[in-house]
Amino acid sequence: MDLSLTEDQQALRGSVAELFEKQATPERVRAAEAVGHDAALWRVLVQSGIPTMGVAEELGGGGATVSDLVVVAIEAGRRVAPVVLPEVLTAAALLAGPAAGADLLAGVGEGTVLPTVALRPLRDGTAGPVAGAAVADVVVALDGEELVVLSRREGVAVEPLPDLGGAAIAEVSTAVWSQRLVLATGDEARRAHADAVSLWRVLTAAALEGLRQEALRIGVDYVKDRHAFGVPIAWFQTVQHRLADLATAGDGAELLVHEAAWARDAGSVKAAALARMALLFAGETAFATAAASLHFHGGYGYTLEYDIQLYYRRAKAWQLALGAPRYELRALAADLFAGEAA
Amino acid sequence: MDFTEHDSLAEFRKAATAWADEHVDPAWVDLEHTTGTHHNPELHALLGAQGLLGAGWPAQYGGTDVDPAYALAVFQEIGARGLRMDGWVTTEMVARTILHVATEEAKQEIVPAALRGEVVIVLGYTEPGSGSDVAAAKMRAVRDGDEWVVNGSKMFTSTAHMATHVFLLTRTNTEVSKHKGLTLLLARLDDPGVEVQPVHTLGGQRTNATFYSDVRVPDTLRIGDVDGGWGVMRVALVHERGTATAPGGPTLVEQVAAWARSAPGADGAPLLDDPTVAEQLARLAIDEEVGRLLGLKVRWVASTGGMPGIEGSMQKLHSSEAEQRRVDVLTDLLGEQALLAGDAGPLHGAVEWALRKAPVSTIYGGSSEVMREIVAERRLGLPRSRPIG
Ligand SMILES: Cc1cc2nc3c(=O)[nH]c(=O)nc-3n(C[C@H](O)[C@H](O)[C@H](O)COP(=O)(O)OP(=O)(O)OC[C@H]3O[C@@H](n4cnc5c(N)ncnc54)[C@H](O)[C@@H]3O)c2cc1C
Repeated sequence: MDLSLTEDQQALRGSVAELFEKQATPERVRAAEAVGHDAALWRVLVQSGIPTMGVAEELGGGGATVSDLVVVAIEAGRRVAPVVLPEVLTAAALLAGPAAGADLLAGVGEGTVLPTVALRPLRDGTAGPVAGAAVADVVVALDGEELVVLSRREGVAVEPLPDLGGAAIAEVSTAVWSQRLVLATGDEARRAHADAVSLWRVLTAAALEGLRQEALRIGVDYVKDRHAFGVPIAWFQTVQHRLADLATAGDGAELLVHEAAWARDAGSVKAAALARMALLFAGETAFATAAASLHFHGGYGYTLEYDIQLYYRRAKAWQLALGAPRYELRALAADLFAGEAA
Repeated sequence: MDFTEHDSLAEFRKAATAWADEHVDPAWVDLEHTTGTHHNPELHALLGAQGLLGAGWPAQYGGTDVDPAYALAVFQEIGARGLRMDGWVTTEMVARTILHVATEEAKQEIVPAALRGEVVIVLGYTEPGSGSDVAAAKMRAVRDGDEWVVNGSKMFTSTAHMATHVFLLTRTNTEVSKHKGLTLLLARLDDPGVEVQPVHTLGGQRTNATFYSDVRVPDTLRIGDVDGGWGVMRVALVHERGTATAPGGPTLVEQVAAWARSAPGADGAPLLDDPTVAEQLARLAIDEEVGRLLGLKVRWVASTGGMPGIEGSMQKLHSSEAEQRRVDVLTDLLGEQALLAGDAGPLHGAVEWALRKAPVSTIYGGSSEVMREIVAERRLGLPRSRPIG
């Protein structure tokens, strides 16, 4: 057991942390809110090879492990970077499977194709609101027996939907996304999609974990600085104790995210359950932390001027892109408890 | 990042089961329940004699060549069979502290005998007038030549009725501020000046009130410097928190889930088919996994030479609060079945019993409030909120 990052991962963290700090400043995050996507940031990510970094080297990708991707997603989350990174990385993983995806994958690597993924299978021709779809060129989706890449006919526009977290959401329906390329069919299609959604859980959990760390830092700095009744509000025990509880849950969330990534890389039988756990716990902890941090800002936390509201909204939004957590909990119970004989 | 720690343990699991089949008397569990004593002298002596207690300790202080992973597997197996080893838990904490801070003479006198299972040490920190504010201890120790003469009383001296020694936090200087006048002494419990009175608790555990009149302790069994007791306590308390090894075997949540697969709910269908039940159990499983990981971090920090003070406090805070959430949810989940104790209830009354014993986890070993202050001050850098004194 070694719970530290490898040297390579530390170096990776250093460089992506710098990238997001420079390219995803709070001003840029705010500027991108209406569209939910920062095209300049996207170009920088493409130049750094990030969209395809998880794809095997033989296929032109960076050959990174899920643990490496998690390092990147944490740093993106820390700056609430305005790109749908978990969706892009997941879509790239799906395109990398079958030969039919090769051209599109090359386009993702070159930056000419922006992909996203529909996490919920299409039903009656629609996948409901999908993060990234308002700016994406292609959407990878499961439609019945087929894993497909959906795209639009020349000149057909998507209608961006106003949303909680500035995630470039649009409804994905086959009426608008009328062109399809089949990547896989039957069991293979379903398995590939389920596995990709599991990867998305880990990456989104990682992004939420980065968000959580920064939300806590913002809150802790604020309470040390702000005075009331002649003392810093950090002096009040109720403030201290809530932050201590959140820091403790936070250490747990961080470990769980890394464990889920490690389990995927190691091919553990627990990987799918740990991915669900990581998403649920990272989401819950990120939101609780951002909410408390906002609360301890008093009235200022409620103003748009302070950054904590950016974190508060996304802490909830990123997890809910998949749907209501109750379904995740039930599926987790099935993973954990249903398998063994009574 | 590499979370494979259980593989070496897994190898030993079978051997540990065989060890327990051969040596653990099932009647000991009933004995523990009826007496409330979380220590079995027969078992303890056996573990010492077979070198299991000394696994992983330095050879010069009585460490044995038994593989520590095997010893851990045996301890977990003992835990899985429902036996607690509190006598070893406290002895180990103090022995580790002794290795850190005591004189060579004290190390040689105590540690090898403790690892052989002959010396059992309990903790004498809490007093009738001080618990969380442990440094406010009033027990007096006055020097008399090569000895210390001790007077006062301690509260909640668990396992004292089965032990050989008590690790006493005493006041040796009343002229200085409270943290600066403390000294740790290792007193013998068979001293004629020691009186042990039982105290019975909600969870069934028997603890004790202990009284000391003119108890003599040789200066060789002073642990750490005179008036340097607070520094010793900081070491000792780190060894107390987050170091608990979870018992092996299925967790309470897993046991309830297995039971709920066939036990019918109010509508006659298996409880686990009720989505709200499944959701609650899944949530509790996440709590357990988080607790396990926080414990892993404590061991990892310790194994890389660090002092896991903050990590141990986090683990203790999380797992004790999670335990209380868990029993609340599980008792509600079982409904009227949760009322039934012992063999009358499902899982031999495990859930009823869990509710009784849950309150103590956030109190002893440093209450949740004390843990939160440690995290707030040392991890988050927030100011001290307690009065200085
Ligand atoms: C079953 C059992 C076994 C035990 N075994 C041992 C043992 O073997 N050896 C030993 O030395 N002790 C033992 N203890 C004692 C235990 O460590 C103390 O009970 C504990 O430290 C709390 O002290 P107290 O009981 O005096 O409560 P108090 O310190 O009086 O605390 C009462 C309440 O006030 C809160 N509080 C205290 N300080 C603060 C603060 N700064 N901020 C906010 N809230 C605060 C506490 O959290 C608690 O809720 C045992 C206790 C029990 C119940």
